Amino acid sequence: MEQIIANGLYLGAQYALIALGLTLIFSLMNVLNFAHGQMYVFGGFVTYTVVVQLGLPFIVGLFASAIVLAVMGAAIEKFLFAPVVRRSKRDESTMLLAAGVAFFLDAVILLFFGEKQRGVPKIVNGVFNWDMRIIMPYDRILIGVLAILLIVAFIAFMNYSKTGRAMRALAQDKMAAQLMGVNVARYSMIGFALGAMLAGLVGGLLVTITGVNLGMGGPTSIKAFLMIMIGGAGVISGAIAGGFILGMMESVGLTVLSAYGDITYLVIFASLMVFLAVRPQGLMGKPWG
Amino acid sequence: MDTKKLLGFAVFLLAVFVLVPLFIGATGRVDFFYTLTSVALLSVGAAGVWLTFYIGRINIGQGAYALVGGYVSAILVTQAGVSFWLTLPLAGLFCAAISVVIGLPILRLRGVYFAMVTLVLTEVARLSALALPVTNGAKGITSIPLPGELSFFGLTIIPAFGSLSNPRIGFYMMAVVLMVVTYLVLWRIVNSRLGHLCRSLQQNEELSASIGVNTAYLRVLAYAISSFFGGIAGAMFASIAQSIYPSSFVVADSVNFMLYCFLGGLGYVFGPMLGTLLLYFGWDLLSIAKQYQLLVYSGVMILLMLVLPNGVLSLLDKKEGRA
Repeated sequence: MEQIIANGLYLGAQYALIALGLTLIFSLMNVLNFAHGQMYVFGGFVTYTVVVQLGLPFIVGLFASAIVLAVMGAAIEKFLFAPVVRRSKRDESTMLLAAGVAFFLDAVILLFFGEKQRGVPKIVNGVFNWDMRIIMPYDRILIGVLAILLIVAFIAFMNYSKTGRAMRALAQDKMAAQLMGVNVARYSMIGFALGAMLAGLVGGLLVTITGVNLGMGGPTSIKAFLMIMIGGAGVISGAIAGGFILGMMESVGLTVLSAYGDITYLVIFASLMVFLAVRPQGLMGKPWG
Repeated sequence: MDTKKLLGFAVFLLAVFVLVPLFIGATGRVDFFYTLTSVALLSVGAAGVWLTFYIGRINIGQGAYALVGGYVSAILVTQAGVSFWLTLPLAGLFCAAISVVIGLPILRLRGVYFAMVTLVLTEVARLSALALPVTNGAKGITSIPLPGELSFFGLTIIPAFGSLSNPRIGFYMMAVVLMVVTYLVLWRIVNSRLGHLCRSLQQNEELSASIGVNTAYLRVLAYAISSFFGGIAGAMFASIAQSIYPSSFVVADSVNFMLYCFLGGLGYVFGPMLGTLLLYFGWDLLSIAKQYQLLVYSGVMILLMLVLPNGVLSLLDKKEGRA
């Protein structure tokens, strides 16, 4: 039982970090970023390149993937999303663009990094063993703690910095924020960059444990969608809650339902649909997103 | 319908039924038959997605219904020995029935929430196909017999596909007939009272409910029609490929259905057809680019979106505006 909870917390911390980036982008621009999973994979590959191929320390790789992804996010927002949002008749047109970006990143990853599974050697050795009740490798604990620290840092940034306040204002009411002198174009770009950076950071963290490969992007995006649906789209606390809930459900499901075959996700999806039928806006979301 | 439209329709029919086969015969690229058959069938599914767009919902779940339709037809043909021609409408009706049950709760959702639930629906369909006993799990259902003869009172309407010297042309013709019928139905729906009501849903659901439009009924109806199209497209696919697997229609296919609609233009009935042709056929043609195929494809997609954010058919708008 303790093991299940520990696994759930570890998974949940990573998931919450992925969902945070997605929900930030969604709340600022009303864009469902299909490319989020691909950004995560890209971040993993950047860390891999820096650490394994250039032989630099892991922390450098982590920073490199954060910076690369932030720049990429800012560029994608400024040159792709902003013009399309401005000119398109329906909000949803950005979905085609987001899907196009996802395909494009897939192609770039394939050309630059190849289709092989890549990983970074363990950063810490050894296994934590509490009386055979909780067994967890130290590197997983380290990554879990780092993920939680990043989440705390992100919340602090959103709550107490000027940029964070501006972005929260934008998410609440674009028009009102603009009237109060918030530079919408600039903060949308920063928000997108920040969201992409979070995806890159998670990729950089997880490449040490699970490794990354080209095919991971799409499924990761779907999981991130699940999380923000559970918590409510565009709400930061919702994304965190959704991440931890999904992590817990996966951890419990894999243990309890393993006797019935591979149906954990089927059960999760089915219960999610029932949940959304009762509460369409998720746990903490605003009605009608 | 004025003469100009009739003429355009006649030209279109001439092109797809006579010119395309002639052209393929002349160039000898027989593989185009298969590609174009796929385009025709995918555009049937995309027509359904377009209809849900028309009531203001983003539908990324058409792959689920295509998969269900394919399985219904495959199971009926292989296990119950039902004629394929009977299973085609049955698959559609089955999907429509499921979509009513699923649609009643989820159609209350809007915007991205609906989009994400439908996306999850595709995964549910795939996982169910893996888990249910009747679908034969990951092995799928293979060697489905080709469609047999369809006859009324001894008069053969469609010969058995197995007896055809070139079943590819047969499949092409059938898929195109299906596509033409689908788009005629869609065009009729859009230009009827139902279509106007759907448009009112797209613009403002509360307002249309307040003046007495039964919005709950309408959106379920539109969703059921949409799923019907998805079901028959899937059933045809299964019979052409003579096999169906849980991975025959995955999330990527659902997303593609949506992209076809976007690319063609959401404001135009024939948008999804054009979008399917451009994206699917374009992807096929780009195979000459080898490893850069995906790069070029996605690059062109992004560019198209930047230049024409309202779909390719919005080019027509501009012309009218100038004149």
